[in-house]
Amino acid sequence: MARIIVITSGKGGVGKTTTAAAFSMGLALRGHKTAVIDFDVGLRNLDLIMGCERRVVYDFVNVINGEANLNQALIRDKRCDQLYVLPASQTRDKDALTKEGVGAVIEELSKTFDFVVCDSPAGIEHGAMMAMYYADDAIVVTNPEVSSVRDSDRMLGILSSKSQRAETNAEPIREFLLLTRYSPERVAHGEMLSVEDVQEILSMDLLGVVPESQAVLNASNAGTPVVLDKISPAGQAYGDMVARYLGEDVPHRFLAVEKKGFFSRLLKRG
Amino acid sequence: MVGGIKPAFELKSAGFTLPIIRLLDVDLDAVAAQLAAKVEQAPDFFRNTPVVIDLGGLPETERDVEFPMLVGLLRGHGMLPFGVRGGTEQHHRAAQAMELAVLGESRVPRDKAQGRGAPPPAPRRPAPRTEPEPDHEPLAAAPPPSGSFTLINRPIRSGQRIHALGGDLSIVGAVSSGAELMAEGNIHVYGPLRGRAMAGMNGNVEARIFCQDLQAELVSIAGHYRVSENIPAALRGVAVQIFLDGQALRIEPL
Repeated sequence: MARIIVITSGKGGVGKTTTAAAFSMGLALRGHKTAVIDFDVGLRNLDLIMGCERRVVYDFVNVINGEANLNQALIRDKRCDQLYVLPASQTRDKDALTKEGVGAVIEELSKTFDFVVCDSPAGIEHGAMMAMYYADDAIVVTNPEVSSVRDSDRMLGILSSKSQRAETNAEPIREFLLLTRYSPERVAHGEMLSVEDVQEILSMDLLGVVPESQAVLNASNAGTPVVLDKISPAGQAYGDMVARYLGEDVPHRFLAVEKKGFFSRLLKRG
Repeated sequence: MVGGIKPAFELKSAGFTLPIIRLLDVDLDAVAAQLAAKVEQAPDFFRNTPVVIDLGGLPETERDVEFPMLVGLLRGHGMLPFGVRGGTEQHHRAAQAMELAVLGESRVPRDKAQGRGAPPPAPRRPAPRTEPEPDHEPLAAAPPPSGSFTLINRPIRSGQRIHALGGDLSIVGAVSSGAELMAEGNIHVYGPLRGRAMAGMNGNVEARIFCQDLQAELVSIAGHYRVSENIPAALRGVAVQIFLDGQALRIEPL
């Protein structure tokens, strides 16, 4: 049986799709057969971030409606043969996702995959509900600012009351906090909530902190999950986060302001 | 029973603590505007709340109270107007035409009422502060909190609402902003209280709120509420108890 993981947040633009792409690639690179599903029907993006937008033939809604089978719709990643993408439909709306249909697709994926990563749309409407309904684990992506924190908190409440696990009184969904777009400099200047502030408000386990980085935007534009960028702090942070999810004890990095040495200051000036 | 007929009902009498909307003006536009502002502050106070319309405070005027509009207005905010008290004969006829009951001025002194035997049931709804001059003296005593209580061992998230019927509510964990706690008895929060807490929901003026770290958006005892803005900075972030002292809501550090 696969583990079903939803990447969710409530708020839009915090880095859900970036995280879904990096996380699923990270799992696959470690040898786990992973499928990543784009639930953002009508506003699909995951295929772009994964760099497979030109190979989309059938999509998630086609599979739900029985117009295509899963093997036709799943796109195998060119960089890692353990990773498959199930793209969203751009021409339908989110009502095309039915609870039964989504359940059937996830159940079928569960038979052959180790992990199924569900990339949730923003908001708490139908699409987001469908993305989290069958989840075993939830990664709540949060930016260090108050509106994002509040929306994450709302989403945590929904996870603990509206999911299949909640409705059947099964063991609750495991919840992990991923803080993205973190800027230690701005925290130091008091312009941004600190890791401690966010953890204090949300009281949940911290899976990782991804620093604000130009590398994320570059990776998105190139269609390369940022976890493949082994040099940038953001790419390394995603690598750490995958390791932590798999149970490794990895210390958190990139939380403090980097000390600028004489040479880097010199180089920056030049 | 005689003839072996099983009784299908019993006739009993009970007293209820109910919120009263004391009309001070027959101009319903003004009432509507002020009421909307009031309801916006605490919409849940008013949802499905039975209310009595008190006409005793109206100025002497030739104008009639437009009951159909008034009833519609209250229902529109989720309240369930079911009777009037005070006012003139003319008012009563108009009210009865709207199928509103005309209630007598049967005020029972508080201490006398509390000395009664069996406690009457009370509606599971708060006695809200609906007008600038709050008027919700209990028509009879509120029941003492029963033995039951609710204990929750997890954080209460934004958007979640916990309603503890018939007793105390204890939360071991944080209560996030945007979350709501409601209890007929006391509320205890062992963690930061950032959301709303309403104790004494059935009009129990003895109920209290205890919390380790007060950062609440709103606190209320038996419908007497205070919003975050009106909580002094010195009392924020510290352990406090909140209780009613007469008509005044008091917040004291523990």
